[in-house]
Amino acid sequence: MARKLPATDVVIVGLGWTGSILAHELAGSGLNIVAIERGPWRDTATDFPPAYAQDELRYHIRHDLFLRPAQLTMTVRNGVNETALPMRSWGSFMPPNGVGGGGVHWNAETWRFLPSDFQMKTHLTERYGEKFLPADMTIQDWGVTYDELEPCYDRFEYLCGTSGKAGNIKGQIQAGGNPFEGARAREYPTPPQKQPYGPTLFAQAAKEMGYKPFPQPSGNLSQAYTNPLGVTLGPCTYCGFCEWFGCGNYSKASPQTTILPALVRQPNFEARTQCEVLKINLDNSGKRATGVTYVDTSGNEWEQPADLVLLCAFQLFNVHLLLISGIGKPYDPRANEGMIGRNYSYQVTSSVDAFFDNKIFNPFIASGAIGMCIDEFNGDNFDHGPHGFVGGGYMGAVQTNGRPLQTTRTPKGTPQWGLEWKEAVAKNYLTSYEAVTHGGCCSYRDAYCDLDPTYTDRFGRKLMRITFDFHENELKMSQYLTDRLAEVVQKMGPRQFEKRPRSGPYDSTVYQTTHTCGGAIMGTDPKSSALNRYLQSWDVSNLFVLGATAFPQNAGYNPTDTVGALAYWTADAITSQYLKNPGPLVHI
Amino acid sequence: MIINKPPLSSPDDVGSGMPHPPRFQSGIRRRELMLTTATTLLFSTNSVLAGIVQGSLPWEQNAGAPPTEVRPGPWTYFTAEEGAAVEALVDRLIPADPQTPGGKDAGCAVFIDRQLAGSYGTAEGLYMRGPFAEGTPQQGDQSPLSPAARYRQALAALDKYCRATYAGKSFTQIPDNEKDKLLSGLEKGQVHLEGANGRAFFELLLQNTREGFFADPVYGGNRNMVGWKMIGYPGARYDYRDWVERHNERYPLPPVGISGRPEWVRKAD
Repeated sequence: MARKLPATDVVIVGLGWTGSILAHELAGSGLNIVAIERGPWRDTATDFPPAYAQDELRYHIRHDLFLRPAQLTMTVRNGVNETALPMRSWGSFMPPNGVGGGGVHWNAETWRFLPSDFQMKTHLTERYGEKFLPADMTIQDWGVTYDELEPCYDRFEYLCGTSGKAGNIKGQIQAGGNPFEGARAREYPTPPQKQPYGPTLFAQAAKEMGYKPFPQPSGNLSQAYTNPLGVTLGPCTYCGFCEWFGCGNYSKASPQTTILPALVRQPNFEARTQCEVLKINLDNSGKRATGVTYVDTSGNEWEQPADLVLLCAFQLFNVHLLLISGIGKPYDPRANEGMIGRNYSYQVTSSVDAFFDNKIFNPFIASGAIGMCIDEFNGDNFDHGPHGFVGGGYMGAVQTNGRPLQTTRTPKGTPQWGLEWKEAVAKNYLTSYEAVTHGGCCSYRDAYCDLDPTYTDRFGRKLMRITFDFHENELKMSQYLTDRLAEVVQKMGPRQFEKRPRSGPYDSTVYQTTHTCGGAIMGTDPKSSALNRYLQSWDVSNLFVLGATAFPQNAGYNPTDTVGALAYWTADAITSQYLKNPGPLVHI
Repeated sequence: MIINKPPLSSPDDVGSGMPHPPRFQSGIRRRELMLTTATTLLFSTNSVLAGIVQGSLPWEQNAGAPPTEVRPGPWTYFTAEEGAAVEALVDRLIPADPQTPGGKDAGCAVFIDRQLAGSYGTAEGLYMRGPFAEGTPQQGDQSPLSPAARYRQALAALDKYCRATYAGKSFTQIPDNEKDKLLSGLEKGQVHLEGANGRAFFELLLQNTREGFFADPVYGGNRNMVGWKMIGYPGARYDYRDWVERHNERYPLPPVGISGRPEWVRKAD
């Protein structure tokens, strides 16, 4: 039986990017805020100091900073007729844990989505006609526009100190930036990071082919930067330990390096760590959240009453908590009813491996988000008419690491062990290069999340079941993008290169990205979305659900900039509208 | 709705329900929340108890968790026979050549032994609830056995196979070309071990051997950083600002590990 604690105004579930942003924005309103975080407190000096942060085995291979599947996992299957089985260890994505969430161990690639991405259904239907889209594709407009989100993107990027080169300032195309991006109000807070050899060669080749290469926007900073909260980040040292790792230099944008030092000084904010929320509680009407129930490390259960509940966990766990708590109607793909779990989507990545004779790339001189990219084949930046698919992605030479367990490439046909393998690894480590595409993923009627009928977690709660596979549209897209990328790579002058387009079926054991999306999507109508345009639950008006959970489908970019922008969008809606008149912000 | 109220006028004027000067109240809540009787933690790796953070960053000097350095010495998990077999196995997966030692001298078997004796070997943190069922390859490993148990089972099965096939000899006693044939057969699923999945064991062993060859030397493998020297990886160095824009030039400095370089360590123990 849970013991009841004194009520608070706001309870936040999960203290990662969105929880930290919401807490800081709402703290100024004087509300009493309690953030409940499943994992431990984490700070740079204690948890990833440069004395031992650069440990590939511990952090990348043994997943030290991530959630343990024993704590909570999910079951997976490729189709509705299969039996789902649990992910006993992590594979295709890495669920975060602890204060800072995924913001601790992301690569910090900080992309805005294209204006047309937010109106994907309308835009594509107008340009190509409704029949161009597969019948089972369930893409939708977001209910918010790029122009509305622009000030929020700006705030997140200036919080992070993002290093980049603008391509479009107030409609004026800027040389050296991404000419396809939506108009931004001003230049990036800091200039681009320096580029190693590989990205430089890629950019030369792309330019010769008529493309417009530009530096990838990076949350690993090119120089020291003090953000509007007064928190200072240091310059990136190109150590090559970003994704899967915490940054020991205070140079990767994370809640730790941008918000938490300011947030914890707010007298009306409190974080409870190592406390796992079991469910969101509802009153008898089922339309109002009364708070949450959580369990601490001793197994004691606590009920924390609150007037406003902000669900700020990672995408998968937001959906799981909604399903467990009985909020909204679970999605049923056969009846095509229910909104919770609907429109689960992912990211479709691919690569081209190239092997050179006379070039030394020093792959270990890296940051998670340096690189030179082109955007000619993203979103609807090119005519899809002749190709028979929709969507796209950015592509480029992104030099994230030279860690030898992850990045020892050998040409196809090389044995996996023995002298021949050893020689090939020694020969190709410094002289091979991998270029990548980062493609979007549409949503479909048969890709969704619900509760598993068989497997449970350590508290006896049902695990969430993911039913997902790649569809023909995405596989065609990946083939097309990889072919275009290979043309640029070929121009870089390799001895040989190998295309690795994404192929089906979706394999949950192979790491791709942690960009899982959807499951409680935003929109303009409760008949086709779980959340309104402010990420407020249509069903429970004192509940907001943050993060990529709200994406109706995924664009051809990394999601964090958009997740951060939506967090500011929601915070503004709460402080400027909701607090003055609590209740639904959108009336249908 | 108590949420609908004006901004803070004093520090006491926060939240709802109870009178609460924040610090005092925090103390009460802390005691109330931390009434613990259980002494065991759910997850021992890097675990701390539930706690409250308020007012300042909860930083403590030297509160981190650096890795524990593996020392040479007797096997901690393997039996003598198992250890000898694993040394012979890793030395075929990564054979010695004139430039670089093989898996055995690089410490791969010691690395695997220490890993199996620790939280990796016991599958700590993995989801190990039943029911256990064979799935599709895309659904991943569904074995109910921990890595340590799999090694024990597979090494026994391998020994039995060798003695039956090679006139009573163990894996360590057969010629290198026979060892390679056997490994190749396991890799391709053509050699079947009794009571163990030979192919799955091969994959696990290969993965762990590579880990032992390329992981930081602090874990007992990659002795003298031979794996890193072989490919030109500078290891745990943390600052390349001067070298980012030096294109197509070989980085000149030798590797360092988390615990430094052999040259920095005192010679006599």
